[in-house]
Amino acid sequence: MTEVAIVGIGIHPFGRTEGVSGQEQGIFAVREALEDAGIDWSDLQFAYGGSAAAGSADSMVSKMGLTGLQFINVANGCATGGSALQSAYMAIKSGAFDVGVAVGFDKHERGAFRVDSPDWYGQSGLALTTQFFGMKIQKYMSDFGITDDALIKVAEKSFKNGSLSPTAWRKKPLSYQEIKDSPVLSHPLRKYQFCSPAEGGAAIILCRADMAEKYTNKPLYLKAAVMRTRRYGSFEVFTQGQAVEQAESPTVDASKAAFEMAGLGPDDIDVAQLQDTEAGAEIMHMSENGFCKDGDQEELIQTGATQINGKFPVNTDGGCIANGEPIGASGLRQVHEVCTQLRGDGGKRQASGDLKTGYTHVYGAPGLSAVTIIQR
Amino acid sequence: MKNSGTSIDTKLFDWPSDKPHLKGSECINCGAITFPIQKGCPRCCGVEMKLIPLKTRGTLWSWTIQGFPPKSPPYGKVETPESFIPYGVGYVELEGQVRVESRLTENNPEKLSIGMEMELVIEKFIEDKDGNDIMIYAFSPITGD
Repeated sequence: MTEVAIVGIGIHPFGRTEGVSGQEQGIFAVREALEDAGIDWSDLQFAYGGSAAAGSADSMVSKMGLTGLQFINVANGCATGGSALQSAYMAIKSGAFDVGVAVGFDKHERGAFRVDSPDWYGQSGLALTTQFFGMKIQKYMSDFGITDDALIKVAEKSFKNGSLSPTAWRKKPLSYQEIKDSPVLSHPLRKYQFCSPAEGGAAIILCRADMAEKYTNKPLYLKAAVMRTRRYGSFEVFTQGQAVEQAESPTVDASKAAFEMAGLGPDDIDVAQLQDTEAGAEIMHMSENGFCKDGDQEELIQTGATQINGKFPVNTDGGCIANGEPIGASGLRQVHEVCTQLRGDGGKRQASGDLKTGYTHVYGAPGLSAVTIIQR
Repeated sequence: MKNSGTSIDTKLFDWPSDKPHLKGSECINCGAITFPIQKGCPRCCGVEMKLIPLKTRGTLWSWTIQGFPPKSPPYGKVETPESFIPYGVGYVELEGQVRVESRLTENNPEKLSIGMEMELVIEKFIEDKDGNDIMIYAFSPITGD
């Protein structure tokens, strides 16, 4: 079957960019990715794109050029970017297309996500994503002995890594004490342990692997791209009645399927992006993605294993906590960062060693996950 | 319990009632129980569900405290950071049935712990524009019988 390569990556800085629409940030990212690949918009045969709050992605064709390409809009909550990439991957792998782009962008209002739930659920003050994350880590800490100290250290790492990343939103390192003293938003999680809705754009150009050398001397190969939704019994955001019987999360399902597709295992991964909607999510997603046993995160964090210079760097650009979360772009930012690391272009935040294989994981409401495995 | 006011949504619980309980649905085929009631079974994909009363006591499975005013809309109360009083939220496991997501009557983290016994209460949430009470379900820690 056709293999798939990544030959161009682009990103518009995340954060708040006054006067620049979400779509313009998406276009910026696409143009940067095209330049990176040395390819023209008119050469692209297809696009998958998504935005939750900044209009239809496909409307960018009027500014990029009306070439008639197939452009399908994607919407999968915070996993929108991951789903766009998975769709692009399948489009090439199937043999239907040779070259195309996955793009995502967004521009959200300030403050927590406003959930479109006009019924009793929204009225009652239960329809908040922040509550789910608070309750999930509360239970996990109780079951597996993760400490409040570890949660603070994860956020401290996020802001430190963000300060080394030119396109991150939060570029100021925050001290342990500043994080600890920030207001508790959803017990046990504090303000500086959460990511915020934000703005940004990211784009990835993919092609048939046998064409990759034509565009770049640093081709990367997309070895797996998998998306899964929740099964009965997994604990997910916006669940009003949770089954008493427990099932693995969609992250576990997507991760296992991705490793199987790639013919690789967690030990093969040199650098990873794991959805860190808040500090606890990064911790729980380490085990859900197969990188450690439940509870072992405590020692990994306390010994610095997930730091940029650690043995398993996680969220080298500061992740969602330092970049914010523009829903459409977030999953593709992760892919952009892993590609940057594998190319050795990470500058001050470059992980050391001979990085060969990277991993991305995005999680979104109402309970879905997308995973990619990328290899040099 | 003052047996008056209007339910925030009649599909959630019996009201008015002297012994109110939450409404669930149970799959005729596999026995899976959902809250709120729904058509179609999320477990076996069956299509026949029957209405059942849910247990009124359970244990706290996990919890948090909502520490900032939710955006309104959709939140039914219009709050400022000054007027806002944090409220507890949790999942209460009704043994053998379902874990129900609920507001909690307790908002002090020192007084909440996983596994503690909880019971259903129906309480006033807001008033409608005519001044009538709108009632909501919540769970309250059971303190010394």
